Amino acid sequence: MLKKSKLAIAAVVAVALVGATVPASNAATDKKLEIFTWWASGGEALGLKGMTDAFTKANPNTAFVNASVAGAAGTNAKGVLVSRMKAGNPPDTFQAHAGAELTSYIKAGQVEDLTFLYKQQGWDKIFPKDLVKTLTSNGKIYSVPVNIHRANVLWWNPATATKAGVTAAPATMEEFIADLKKAKDAGIDGIALAGNGDWAIAHLLDVVLLGTLGADKYNGLWKGTTSWTGPEVKKAVSNFTTILSYGNSSKALDWPDAGKLVTGGKALFFIMGDWASSQWQADGLKLGTDYTWAVAPNSVDKKPIYMWLSDSFTLPKGAKNRDAGIAWLKVCGSLAGQDAFNPAKGSIAVRTDSDATKYDSYLQAAMKEWKTDKLVGSTVHGVNWNNAAMASYNTVVGKFYTGGAKDAAGLIKGLAAIQKNGK
Amino acid sequence: MSSQLVDRVLTKDIKMNAKRKLNGNEQFFLVFKYFSLVILAIIAALPIYIMVINSVKGITGVTQSAAFVPPTHLNFDAWGPVWEQMKVPMGRTAFFVIQSSIISAIIGSINGYVFAKWKFKGSTFIFTTFLFGMFIPYQAIMIPLTQFNQWAHLGGSIYVLVFAHVIYGIPICTLIFRNYYAGIPNELIEAARVDGAGMVRIFRTIILPLSIPGFVVVLIWQFTSAWNDFLFAIFLTGGSPNLAVATTALNFITGSGNQVYYGNNMTASLIVSIPTLLVYMFLGRYFLRGLLSGSLKG
Amino acid sequence: MTRVRVVSELSYLEVFRILKGESPVASTTKKHVQSPWGGFVFVLPSILAMAVFVYGMIGWTLKISFSHLNSSDSTDNSFAGLKNYRDLFQDSDFTHAFSNLLKFTGVFLIGTLISGLIMALLLEKGIKGEGFFRSIYLYPMAISFIAMGTSWRWLMDSARDKDGTGLNSIFHMAHLDFLQNDWYTSERGAMFAIALPAIWQMSGYVMALFLAGFRGIPDDLREAARVDGASEYKIYRHILFPQLKPTFLTVLIILGHISMKVFDLIYGIASKSYVTKVLAIYMWQVIFDIQDFAKGSAIAIIILLCIAVVVIPYLAYVNKTEEMK
Repeated sequence: MLKKSKLAIAAVVAVALVGATVPASNAATDKKLEIFTWWASGGEALGLKGMTDAFTKANPNTAFVNASVAGAAGTNAKGVLVSRMKAGNPPDTFQAHAGAELTSYIKAGQVEDLTFLYKQQGWDKIFPKDLVKTLTSNGKIYSVPVNIHRANVLWWNPATATKAGVTAAPATMEEFIADLKKAKDAGIDGIALAGNGDWAIAHLLDVVLLGTLGADKYNGLWKGTTSWTGPEVKKAVSNFTTILSYGNSSKALDWPDAGKLVTGGKALFFIMGDWASSQWQADGLKLGTDYTWAVAPNSVDKKPIYMWLSDSFTLPKGAKNRDAGIAWLKVCGSLAGQDAFNPAKGSIAVRTDSDATKYDSYLQAAMKEWKTDKLVGSTVHGVNWNNAAMASYNTVVGKFYTGGAKDAAGLIKGLAAIQKNGK
Repeated sequence: MSSQLVDRVLTKDIKMNAKRKLNGNEQFFLVFKYFSLVILAIIAALPIYIMVINSVKGITGVTQSAAFVPPTHLNFDAWGPVWEQMKVPMGRTAFFVIQSSIISAIIGSINGYVFAKWKFKGSTFIFTTFLFGMFIPYQAIMIPLTQFNQWAHLGGSIYVLVFAHVIYGIPICTLIFRNYYAGIPNELIEAARVDGAGMVRIFRTIILPLSIPGFVVVLIWQFTSAWNDFLFAIFLTGGSPNLAVATTALNFITGSGNQVYYGNNMTASLIVSIPTLLVYMFLGRYFLRGLLSGSLKG
Repeated sequence: MTRVRVVSELSYLEVFRILKGESPVASTTKKHVQSPWGGFVFVLPSILAMAVFVYGMIGWTLKISFSHLNSSDSTDNSFAGLKNYRDLFQDSDFTHAFSNLLKFTGVFLIGTLISGLIMALLLEKGIKGEGFFRSIYLYPMAISFIAMGTSWRWLMDSARDKDGTGLNSIFHMAHLDFLQNDWYTSERGAMFAIALPAIWQMSGYVMALFLAGFRGIPDDLREAARVDGASEYKIYRHILFPQLKPTFLTVLIILGHISMKVFDLIYGIASKSYVTKVLAIYMWQVIFDIQDFAKGSAIAIIILLCIAVVVIPYLAYVNKTEEMK
C-alpha cells in the first residue's frame, strides 16, 4: 500500500481518537432547559437572545440549550418537532403560533394546560383578552404569548419611490397596482417576491385578500360566512395575479434576499410582516431613511386594519425538565422578558403594560394601532388554519405561482377545498 | 469484481500508444478529446468552484450576483465563527461515523467470508435477500424506525446513528467483502483444511491478513455515506443540538430562510465537505474499488 | 490464464506466499465445502437484523398504510384496507409527484448514461492525465447535496439578462440568450433542470462502470478486428458494446433505484416546491406537515414497489446465475 494511503489511514484514526473525546451526548447533571424554535439567525435570533439573556439572569443555575431548526416560518422546524414528539423526546418548550396552529398540538394532546400559571402570574389581567381566547380550548389556556407581529405592512425605499414617481403610499388596491406600473415604467420591479418555501407568496395572498375583501368579509372566510368561490375572492385572485406579474424574475428567493431587492433599489415594494424591519436593522439599515413603511393597501376599510400573528411558547407533555420549562414560561410572560425580546425581534409585546420607550418609531406606532385597529388573523402564520391546512395552503399557492399565475380557477378551487377539509 | 480488474481500470497501460507518432487524423482526435475532457471537467468543477471562492470572500462580501467572480484578496473571516459552530457537530460525526464504519466492516467481512467460502443450504437465496436491503428506499422503514427508536429509548444518544448505519450498511458491506473474497482461490482454503484448520482459524490466519484492501474499501464507502447522510440524521436525532451532526448542523446554517450572510453558508458547506473530499483524494483508488464492487456484475 | 499445481501438493502456507506475491490464479474447482451448515451461525445475527429491520419494518409500514393512523387520531389503528392507496391515486398532488418522478427518472437515466458513456469513451483508450480527469469526474459523489444545495440554487436561479446570476448569466455573456430559462422553478421544465445536479453527481460513477467494462474486454479482440480492417466505429458497435450489456444493465438498475429514492438533492435545492415535488418529498410533507402517517406509509410502499418491480427480477437473474456456478 502506498505510504500516502498509510498516512491517510493514520490521520483517520487520529481523528477518531480526537472525536472520541467529544461527549456522545450531554450528560448534564445540572438543571437544563431545551427550547425549540425556528429563530435561527438575523433579527429573530437577536430577539430570542434578549429573552434567553433575561432567563439566564433570573435562573443562573440552569444551562440553556437552543434547539433551533432553520427554515423560515417554521417550514422545517415543524417537521422536526413532530419527529421528536414521536420519538418520545420533546423539547422542554417549543414555539407555536397562537390560533389554529396551536389547536393542532392541543388536539393531539401534546401540550399541558397552563391556566394555573396564568392565575399565578396574573397574566389573565395583563394580556389582551381576545388574544388569550385564541390560546384557549375548552376553557383551558395552553401557551404563553410573547409577541405580536403585524403581517399587513407595506415597505419601500424612499429613494426608489422618488425614482419611480411615487409620492405617497398607495391606500387602495387600485392605487397600489397603478404604482406597480409606475415602477415598471421606470425600469424597476414593482414588488419583491420571496418564492422559496412558498409561504411568502401565501403571505402576500393573505394581504391581498384582506385588501380586496375588507376585514369583515376576510374574517368571514374562516368562519364560513364568506364564500371562497364568490365574486369577492375572484376579484382578490385577479388582483393577486396582476400584482405577481410585477414581481422579480428570480422565483425562489429567501425573504431576506427579497428584502434586499427593496433596500438595494431593485424593487419598489415589499409586503412582509414587521420582522423585515428588525432584519434590516440587524443589517445596519435605518428606519425612515433606508426604508419606510405604511399599512398595506386596503380598498374597503377606511380605518387601518391590523393583521396579526403571535408567537407563543408551550409546555410539552413529557418534557424532561418541566420545572425549567415553567421557569422559562414565567420569563416569557414577564415584563422584563417581553421588553427585552420584542424590540430586537421587531414585534410588540403582548403585555399591556409594556414600556413604549424601548421601541422604535414603527413599533410605537404599531403598539398604538394594536389598541385601536380592527383585528384580523394571518392565515399563513397560524391564526386561521392549522398546520395541515397551512401546508396545503403553501402548496396550492406555490403551484399557482410557479405555474405562471395562470390557473386562477384552480387556485380558488384548491383554497375552497382546504377550508372545507380543515378541522 | 477482482482487484486485478480494478487495477486495470486504474492504470491503463498507455505506453504502447504514447510511443507512436500520431498522424494528422489522430492528432485532431487527440486535441478534440482533450478539449472535450476539459469542458466536461469545467462543468464538473463549477459547483465546487463557486463554493470555494465564495468561502474566501469574508462574511458579508458574498453576493449571488458575484458568484463566479474570484476575490481580489483572500478573506478568511467566515472560517473562524463557522468553525466554532461546526467543530462540535463535526467531531461528533467523526466519532459516530468511524465507529459505525469499523463495526460495519467487521460484520461485512465475516458475512462476506461465509457467503463466499462457507456456504450453507440456501445461502445464495439469503444473500440475495441481503442485497434487496441495499435497494430499499429508507422512507419505507423510516416511520417504524422512529417508533422503534422511541420504544428502545435510543433517541437520546448518538449511538442511534451508529446503530442505524451499521444495520442498514450490512448489505453493501457484505457484498463488497463477498466479491472480494470470491477472488481468493478455494485451493487456499482446501489446503488449510487438509492441514486441519477450522473455519475460524482459516479466517484469522489466511483471510484477515489478505483483507486489508477490502477493509479500506468498506471503511471509505461507509465513512462517506454515513458522513453525508441526512435522512437518518434528521429523523433519528430530530434536530436536537446535542446530537447535531455535520449534515444537520449544516442544514441549520444553509437551510435557514433567515439567511443573511452567504459567506457563512459557503464556508460551512465547504468545511463539511472537506473530510470526505480528503478521503477521496488520498484514498480515491479504494473509493473506486468500493464503487465498482457495488455493481454486482461487470 | 495459468493453472495452479494440484492442491494437495501445496501446504497452505506455500499458497499463501504465492498469493501475497500477487500471481494471477483462477479457480476452476468447485467452491463448496463440507457441512451443509457452513458458516450459518456466523451470519445469523445479520440475518436476524435484516429480517427485523428491513423486512419486518417494511411489513410494519405496510400495516400502517392499511390503517387510518394520523396525528389527530393517534389511536385509530382501524383497518382501512386499500383506502389510502385508492385515495392516493385520486389525489392530484400524488399523481403530480409520481409523474414528476417518472420525468426525473427518464431524464436522469438518459442524461447520466450519455455523459458517463462519453467520459468513458474519451478515457478508455488511455490518455495522459487520465487520473486527473477521472478524479474530477468522480469527486461529486463524495459530497452531500445539503452542502451543494446553495451552489446549485445559485447556478439555476431564474433571474435573466442583466439581473441574471448562475448559468443564465453565463448564457447571457456568451450571447446564448435563448438558453436562459427558469430552471427548477419552471412549470414545465423543472424536472429536467433538477435532474442536472443528479446527472452531475452520478456521471462519474457510470463512467467508472463503463471504463471497467471496456477494459475488461481483452485488447486482442480489438487488435484482431483492426487487423481485419474494421473501423473504430464498427469495433465499438459490433464488438465492444455488445459485451457491455451486463454493465449497461447494472447501470440502469443502480441509477433507476437511486432515482426512485431521490430526496436529499431535491430537498436541498428546491425544498418542498410544487414543481419539483417527487414522491419522497411528498411523503415528507404528508408525514411531517399534514401528519397523516397512514397516507405517508402508503406513499413509502409505493416507492418501494416501484423499485421492487425492477430490482427483484434483476436479483432473481443474479441469483440464478450464481447458483449455476
